[in-house]
Amino acid sequence: MSYDSLTFIWYVLLGVLLIGYSILDGFDLGVGILHPFIAKDDRERRLVMNSIGPLWDGNEVWLVTFGGALFAAFPVAYATVFSSFYNAFFLLLTCLIGRAVSLEFRSKVKSTLWIKFWDIGFFLSSLIAAFLLGVAGGNVMAGMELGPKYVYQGGLLSQVYWYPLMVGCLTVSLFALHGGIYLYLKTEHELQARVRHAITPVFYAFASLFILVTLATWWHVPHATENIAAYPILWVVPILNALAVLNIPRAMHLGKPGYAFVTSSLAILAFATLFSVAIYPNFMLSTINADYSVTLDNARSSRATLQTMLIIAAVGLPCVLSYTVAIYWIFRGKVKLDSSSY
Amino acid sequence: MDVELLSRLQFAGTIMFHYLFPPLSIGLGLQLFLCELAYFRTGRLEWEAAARFWTRVFAVNFAMGVSTGIVMEFEFGTNWAAYSRFVGDVFGSALAAEGIFAFFLESGFLAVLVFGWDRVGPKMHLFSTLMVFLGSMFSAVWIVVANSWQQTPAGYHIVWQDVQGEMIPRAEVTDFWSMVFNPSSVDRLTHTLIGALVLGAFFVASVCSYYLLKNRHEEVAKRCLAIALPTSLVFTLLAAITGHDSAQKLVETQPAKLAAMEGHFHSSENPTGLNLFGWPDSENETVQFNVKVPYLLSLMVYNDPTKPVPALDQIPEDERPPVWLPFQTFHLMVALGMLMLAVSSLACWSWYRGSYGSKRWLLWAVALMPLAAMTANQAGWITAEVGRQPWIVYPSVQDGVQMMGLRTADGLSESVTAEQVLGSIILFGMIYSLLFAVWVFVLNNKIQHGPETAKALAEYKRHLQIDSMPEKIRRSGNPLGGDMMEEGTR
Repeated sequence: MSYDSLTFIWYVLLGVLLIGYSILDGFDLGVGILHPFIAKDDRERRLVMNSIGPLWDGNEVWLVTFGGALFAAFPVAYATVFSSFYNAFFLLLTCLIGRAVSLEFRSKVKSTLWIKFWDIGFFLSSLIAAFLLGVAGGNVMAGMELGPKYVYQGGLLSQVYWYPLMVGCLTVSLFALHGGIYLYLKTEHELQARVRHAITPVFYAFASLFILVTLATWWHVPHATENIAAYPILWVVPILNALAVLNIPRAMHLGKPGYAFVTSSLAILAFATLFSVAIYPNFMLSTINADYSVTLDNARSSRATLQTMLIIAAVGLPCVLSYTVAIYWIFRGKVKLDSSSY
Repeated sequence: MDVELLSRLQFAGTIMFHYLFPPLSIGLGLQLFLCELAYFRTGRLEWEAAARFWTRVFAVNFAMGVSTGIVMEFEFGTNWAAYSRFVGDVFGSALAAEGIFAFFLESGFLAVLVFGWDRVGPKMHLFSTLMVFLGSMFSAVWIVVANSWQQTPAGYHIVWQDVQGEMIPRAEVTDFWSMVFNPSSVDRLTHTLIGALVLGAFFVASVCSYYLLKNRHEEVAKRCLAIALPTSLVFTLLAAITGHDSAQKLVETQPAKLAAMEGHFHSSENPTGLNLFGWPDSENETVQFNVKVPYLLSLMVYNDPTKPVPALDQIPEDERPPVWLPFQTFHLMVALGMLMLAVSSLACWSWYRGSYGSKRWLLWAVALMPLAAMTANQAGWITAEVGRQPWIVYPSVQDGVQMMGLRTADGLSESVTAEQVLGSIILFGMIYSLLFAVWVFVLNNKIQHGPETAKALAEYKRHLQIDSMPEKIRRSGNPLGGDMMEEGTR
């Protein structure tokens, strides 16, 4: 296989990991964002938390593997992206730690104050993590102030302006919607009715942000549409995206929550694909001088490493998919509390 | 403050905090699997109660390990961008393999291990426990391989790349398997894993000895001790053997590190004696207050009492590691290893004689051993990592060609300022202190609560069968769930 096709395959595989992460961790971040608004008492909060109990940890592994794969396949991109987002990523790490321990520790001590503390921790860390992921995505989309030798020259504040913040809000609303549909599938009775009520406003918020961010991208990030203009077949992606978004309320209205969940997963898939199409062939566009950009070509590993990694992925991914499916199957159905619940 | 010092402090602090948890997960994983295997073979509920109890302890520890581990993966990129570009081709593939082969396996089957007690059959549950244990071992395999490659690189060459007119070097893999099986990876991996298994065995033995001291949960405690005490003895012995092997290899691969560990400054000392303890002084190149056994270092390193061991004065001055810290941590590790070996032998002997439960001093000694094991694990890693300074990637010779190394000072992120690093240190200092307090608190809660009695567990299982109708469980709140398990034994 040629060096260039290996490079392209790895770009696609990273996209797959990113999509897997956003769909899977997307719903459990969404559950965290929604939980103070829909769960009224301790039992309901526990039900909400336990709906993702056995799953969130495995979902987060997609992010870890994405990071590892980026490091291996495109080390320059990994180094540049991670050091550029120094503050944002340490805050993100704080949130990821906060989520893990809030879930793990919350129900271990029977004290109202203790439980309250971890409930707030779970909410805030889910909210901020989703927001930060969106802000980072928005910055990468718009390009950043990269100087010579891939060194980021902008400050912290040049990452915090209206466009990435808007993408951050879009991500929060998307995950909240996705998590809401997931919760609807996992709950029953009054709790489920309350989830149903919450989904409608979340959808409207998401839909308006979707329109706003689309317009803003057109205006603020002109290079985002270059690839689509060059290869008109790629119009499939935004069209699929819009259709998926519109189909979510339709499926909920038809009383098919499973179908709605598939659709919101498809919407996330389309978003992530659109993002990958828009930035290609750059990982990070330099707004100072296009020659300073981190691209697929200057960021990639050696041919031998890409090839070895492809073998590793070919052996590993089918295993991963098979036991992911098995575990989701074991924990299918409505969430119940038992002796091993949080 | 400069970025290098701060970044190193940050890495040291976060990795040492992280390393409190994975060894315990690995070691406890084995004990858990053995308990569950015993249940599977005998069908005795005491064993299931034990397995359920260790699972709860395991889950808390595992969550801490996972969340502090993600930090490590991010830090390579955030703080060590130049290093990441240099080694990405090699180090990245090991890290990605860890994700694909280890993390997914662990986290997937962890769900069944922790949440699946009442959902899957005993066979499937036992299988999941084994998979979680294997997953945690695989994880150690890949990360220690990656670390060992930095200490004794192999299977690569240096390629100079043109980056906007400037030539920048990086390491590229030429032979994947010799990268994986580099000169030190097998020795270091076995020693690391055995260190973890020692900790797990002592942890179980410690909690159970504590129960015997307090006359609580004896039916479970005695059963678990029958597994934990012999395994602790076997693994402490193996730790001594693998440690000795690792140290012998050092003289060829990293002589500077060995000389620092032993406080061996002058090559004029011929043959070389062994400092049992002391206070190394790099400035005057002596070890003060030392007790030295002549010939012994030569004997231990070469199995030949007359052959001199290379000393620090044979290393160029700007390539010498600090001496005091690796010397002390290495000696501390060895001393603790001997202490553990002694305690574990005594405990096994008195267990064999049937007098273990009545020797209170021995019960207390075993109860304290996890601290020794944990300290030894940490001390060993400090020795390994400080002893390889000033290199983050060691220089090496491949097929007769001298390959450049990478100095720690040259591995930093160019775009990150000292204020940013200091800020993240303060943030994580606070978070980790809070986490540590909470972890100790929750762990103590769990240990104080202890396992269910076999009777309570039988009762619980009977109810579970009768009331398996979902409607009823939901209506009545959670009558058979956590509450009953929490209060059942009191």
